[in-house]
Amino acid sequence: MFDAIINNLSYLLKGFLINLELAICALAGGIFLGILVGLGRISKNVWVYHSVTLYVNFIRNIPLILVIFWFYFIMPILVGKPMDPFISAAISFVVFEATYFGEIFRAGFQSISRDLVSAAYSTGLTYTQTARYILVPIAIRRMLPSMITQSIITFQDTSLAYVIGLQELVRRTTIVDSMEVRSIQLYSFVAALFFVICFVGSRISRYYEMKSREANIL
Amino acid sequence: MGLAYKFDWSVLWREPYGEWMLQGIWLTLQLGFLALIIAFFLGIFVGTMRAAPWKLLRLVSTIYVEIFRNVPFLVQLFFWFYAVPMIFGKTLQFKINAISGLNYYAAVVGLGLYTASRVAEHVRAGFASIGQGQYQAALSTGMSQWQMYWHIMIPHALRLILPPLTTEFLTIFKNSSVAMTIGVAETTFMSYKIDSDTFHGLEATTGAMFVYLVLGMAVVKTMSYIETRFRIHGLVGR
Repeated sequence: MFDAIINNLSYLLKGFLINLELAICALAGGIFLGILVGLGRISKNVWVYHSVTLYVNFIRNIPLILVIFWFYFIMPILVGKPMDPFISAAISFVVFEATYFGEIFRAGFQSISRDLVSAAYSTGLTYTQTARYILVPIAIRRMLPSMITQSIITFQDTSLAYVIGLQELVRRTTIVDSMEVRSIQLYSFVAALFFVICFVGSRISRYYEMKSREANIL
Repeated sequence: MGLAYKFDWSVLWREPYGEWMLQGIWLTLQLGFLALIIAFFLGIFVGTMRAAPWKLLRLVSTIYVEIFRNVPFLVQLFFWFYAVPMIFGKTLQFKINAISGLNYYAAVVGLGLYTASRVAEHVRAGFASIGQGQYQAALSTGMSQWQMYWHIMIPHALRLILPPLTTEFLTIFKNSSVAMTIGVAETTFMSYKIDSDTFHGLEATTGAMFVYLVLGMAVVKTMSYIETRFRIHGLVGR
């Protein structure tokens, strides 16, 4: 019944581990760059504001697959040698997800009262310190549910690295399937693996949403 | 080290690549529109079920939404294309696999069903924001449940959720690019094909990016026209 899965279990799960690793890289880079993008989107400096806005609006209108391909094509030209698909995929994910996290952070920053920021400046904090100690911590706390949701989407998106031949779960499944021809059980298994993680994640997100609504900080 | 790469933007228009791109764009439009129709109607249907007063309907629609939202679209597409024909047994499976353009139908259905789950969530949120008063008022005028949903709740909810629907319709065209993985020759597929023919994938994908950009702007323009046309007077507009 589950022969194709059991025979190739460790091979498939190693692929899933690559999805997880890619998601962690994408999230670490994407959230960090996203904070900067969010700050840029509320910046009073017109140059910063317009260039960041252009970047966000451009990337958000383009399919992720195309961004993955684009970096896969441009990286060897810039570096001068063939690029490891994992690194190429990680870079495209950071660039792509940063725009989505950036908009989440912008919403978070804009929910913070202007008085609080003025108070921070009046105690002598610099811009960097205000961002580091006031804006970012509050925005993260308020936007936690959206951030978890976006993280789940990012995790699902890692399967798209399939297109540049990264040996992640879906790519490995197609390889196993081409030998075993057990499409139903194999793809159900992949779907179930993703489902469990994403479903649990969405429940956690909903839990924090309820909690913050109760605590009245939303 | 200098840039050893010679740009050749003519891969976007010269024979036969320009034609490839146009065919790709045409297919992207087809995929997007057909999936949009499925997603819109099925999404309304499932979203209404999510808010229905019968437990069984709520359960079925909740399972639908949770499954389709929590599995990557790529995996869903592979499931429809590779796994589903196998369910019908050997003889029928060969007949199904012989259908020409099977990947195209799988992509339309897959994209439609996936996006429907997302539209359904917006529809449900729309119902939730209408409030009990209107619902009770409709029933007290003697309308049946069906009439209440059809004449009152659904039109009202749809007008409320137009902005998030815009995002979903944008996403449909972007997600249609995933159909390249099962060999549907849409825009992204064509830019990749140009790369394997010319090794100028950078120019081809850059061109494809602008195709999606223009497409996205067209969707936003159309939707903002629909939004002003159908806005509810007396609510905070833009």
